[in-house]
Amino acid sequence: MFTPEERDAIKGFLGRDPNRTEEAVFSVLWSEHCSYKSSRPFLKLLPTEAPWVVQGPGENAGIIRLKNGWCAAFKMESHNHPSAVEPVHGAATGIGGIIRDVLSVGARPIALADSLRFGPLSDERSKWLFEGVVHGISFYGNSVGIPTVAGEVYFDESYKGNPLVNVTCVGLMREEDFMRAKLVGPGNPIILAGSTTGRDGMGGAAFASEDLIGDTEEKRPAVQVGDPFMEKLLIEATLEALATGAILGIQDLGAGGLSGLGEMAHKGGLGAEIFLERVPLRVPDLASWEILISESQERMVMCTEAGREREIMDIYHRWDLNAEIIGNVIEEPVFRAWHNGQIVAEIPSEALGACPVRNLPRKEPAHISSLAGKNPTFPDVLWDGALLRLLSEPDVADKTWVFRQYDHTVMTNTAVVPGPADAGVLRVKGEVFGLSLTTDCNGRYVQMDPREGGRRAVCEAARNTVSVGAVPLGLTDCLNFASPEDPEVLWGFAEAVAGIAEAAASLNIPVVSGNVSFYNQTETHRVFPTPVIGMVGLLEDVSAACRAGFPSEGLPVILVGKPGSLPGSLFQAVFSETCGRLDQSDLYYERGLLQAVLEMHADGLLASCHDVSDGGLLVGLAESCILGGMGADLLMSEEPEFLFGEGRGLFILTTSPENEARVQAVAEKHGIPIARIGRTGGEELVLNGKGLSLSVMREAHGILEKEMES
Amino acid sequence: MKAGVIIFPGSNCDHDTFHALRDVAGFETEYIWHKDTSLDGYGLVALPGGFAYGDYLRAGSIARFSPVMDAVVDYVEKDKGLVIGICNGFQILAEAGLLPGALAKNITRRFICRTVELLVERNDTPFTSYYQKGQVIRMPIAHSEGRYYLPGPEIERLERDGLVVLRYHGDNPNGSLNAIAGIINRSGNVLGMMPHPERNSERILGDGTGLGIFLSMKKALKI
Repeated sequence: MFTPEERDAIKGFLGRDPNRTEEAVFSVLWSEHCSYKSSRPFLKLLPTEAPWVVQGPGENAGIIRLKNGWCAAFKMESHNHPSAVEPVHGAATGIGGIIRDVLSVGARPIALADSLRFGPLSDERSKWLFEGVVHGISFYGNSVGIPTVAGEVYFDESYKGNPLVNVTCVGLMREEDFMRAKLVGPGNPIILAGSTTGRDGMGGAAFASEDLIGDTEEKRPAVQVGDPFMEKLLIEATLEALATGAILGIQDLGAGGLSGLGEMAHKGGLGAEIFLERVPLRVPDLASWEILISESQERMVMCTEAGREREIMDIYHRWDLNAEIIGNVIEEPVFRAWHNGQIVAEIPSEALGACPVRNLPRKEPAHISSLAGKNPTFPDVLWDGALLRLLSEPDVADKTWVFRQYDHTVMTNTAVVPGPADAGVLRVKGEVFGLSLTTDCNGRYVQMDPREGGRRAVCEAARNTVSVGAVPLGLTDCLNFASPEDPEVLWGFAEAVAGIAEAAASLNIPVVSGNVSFYNQTETHRVFPTPVIGMVGLLEDVSAACRAGFPSEGLPVILVGKPGSLPGSLFQAVFSETCGRLDQSDLYYERGLLQAVLEMHADGLLASCHDVSDGGLLVGLAESCILGGMGADLLMSEEPEFLFGEGRGLFILTTSPENEARVQAVAEKHGIPIARIGRTGGEELVLNGKGLSLSVMREAHGILEKEMES
Repeated sequence: MKAGVIIFPGSNCDHDTFHALRDVAGFETEYIWHKDTSLDGYGLVALPGGFAYGDYLRAGSIARFSPVMDAVVDYVEKDKGLVIGICNGFQILAEAGLLPGALAKNITRRFICRTVELLVERNDTPFTSYYQKGQVIRMPIAHSEGRYYLPGPEIERLERDGLVVLRYHGDNPNGSLNAIAGIINRSGNVLGMMPHPERNSERILGDGTGLGIFLSMKKALKI
């Protein structure tokens, strides 16, 4: 289970061999999932600082300053393996965990975004997983009362058997309320609050650190069971408890369970002593190691000011939750667990977070250059037929079937619901400003060229953010890859992280939190490398949030930016095969493009704004027509590359005829190409005189609903 | 006369309803804990949406046994003021027998969150006087158990007595009998509705037509 080097390191810390309980603790906290032992050296490349960053990676969630003392705390996390064997509870508990992470830094969770990937819908199990995951998100998220305002769903053969379920949670907080996950002040009590501790989720972190190979049904006990009702009470009670000021450090019990206290102690330069018999149990006779590493959900651990513990416990009790003093902070930098009068584990605090880095070999996979060297051929297709085909691709199709199952309006902050714009938008009560949320990644790009794919994921999230009129302020990433022990996978990982780092640095968007999920593979499939980016942006005036649909008749339709190219495009994947070389992002240009569009928003010039992504320009235009219930009459090239190319930044805008010249002037000022291609109006998308009706496009776009309800 | 919003464990629209009442409609508003037993001093009691007690059994079936519900029954019987139940609040009022009928699983068997159109059937109630009769208003629904049901002869009576206040307009999203979205009791002091007026009471959230529900109550209470 441990490498010889790890075994030596453990012995070095303990001065002896670990006992069985200690071994269990190390096996979880030194797992890939918890320790980032294979990924840590690469993650250092990511830019994490900016003047508005309150907290970068290292706490339970990253925090950025918005305005007027308000901050956004956010993080994305994966729950891929649990969702692969038990989709409903796997997805549900993924939501629960990330909500508690955001709660842990002292923020009220206010929004969720779900980034999902499955095998093709023609595969019955993939369809079952899709349905189950959506149900799990709906079951848990709706009950805890946090709106799901953004997200994406992709389908690809590579995700067959190993779906990706990545959840982003955003919290809102006052800057002064920031809490850290550390123990403070020797003698202060440690309180465990929330649910009871049971055997569910036993070794979940370790499960997340291996392949999905063999009988995955056996892994069901490693999947936690979520109780959103308990979570809702825990959120309210914890926020109330935090407001007293008596809590000095707090953390949720996620991967690693109670043994995470060791790291909290280490952060405070202290130790902790806990008494396992005081932990409220769900089932009797749990062994010491089980109590220590159980990942039972809906629990928080905190240290409070001595003498005020009763005040805190009373709050939890009023909410009918357990709250017990299970130990206290000690001066000696050691994590010591007692069970019925015996010391069952005694580990230096520093040891639990000090798993040695694994320097694994990397090698460029052969498919990269062979794909790049291959020249694609394309069948002769007519634009209207091709468009309808692309609109009915599940990746592009209308996702209303998914979003309608998520409560996206609870909390009464949702200014733009999922669907009508490129990002979800939330207001902050009592303020003029608002914030945006989006998640993005196209795994196909990353598979072809991980570095460029990483750049594009950041650029795409930034474009979606800018599209609604928000300034990108920070990002979180969830890096989903296959086994890092495969040199080709690790090479791709390093490249993708480098690409994210380049784009984030160039666009000045700090990476404030993140998560790595390795071992996303089965015997037969290995997921596309999928570094999902979640991004938060700031809108100065939330009431001005811009939508993607054509809003009214007679508006000039304008393209700002550069048309894309076919390698890596959905068009290529559908009508030919994925190959060729991805165009390399010009990040200097990208920055100018984003600035130009933001300036147009700030000047109030835009009536609609939509970023061109999956499917290319014509798909983007069709989406603007469908969303607005409004046709358009357009004159432009019918070259497939122009109509269906992807990858370079391109926006579809509408403006009033009076403002057209001003839009033009802003683009020129920033050196960004701009072209007017036609006007909105009518019931058809007309291209060079030939029309395609809205109803036909709508029908093609509505395929998901039909597929799932038939 | 102040408004009170009951917090059941698992309520999740309590803050939203509080915000709409106090910050938007201008009521003096307080929270009422589910273990409270007195509703003295309140001119309006709101049962908010959510998943009271998790709703693992049947929506509202456990919440009706909360200590505060005895007080709500007493409050209604003695006509001490108005009671509005929104979404889960409607389910609880129905379970408690303060409103006729039941809210069954949506006909789609799925949770539905979307904005719907509602037809105002009556504007002569304390909850709807701000609207015109026949006006179409908009509000989000967000529920998995919202299909209104009442056995045959009783539904006829409900309709005959004019207790249907709001009806889904256009389509019937959850399969409710007669597209019923909101009803009042015979005494006219209790309204139950599945759609969420608090989620469309401000222009940033939609066309704002949900606010009329709160302003109507304010007018009825002469605040």
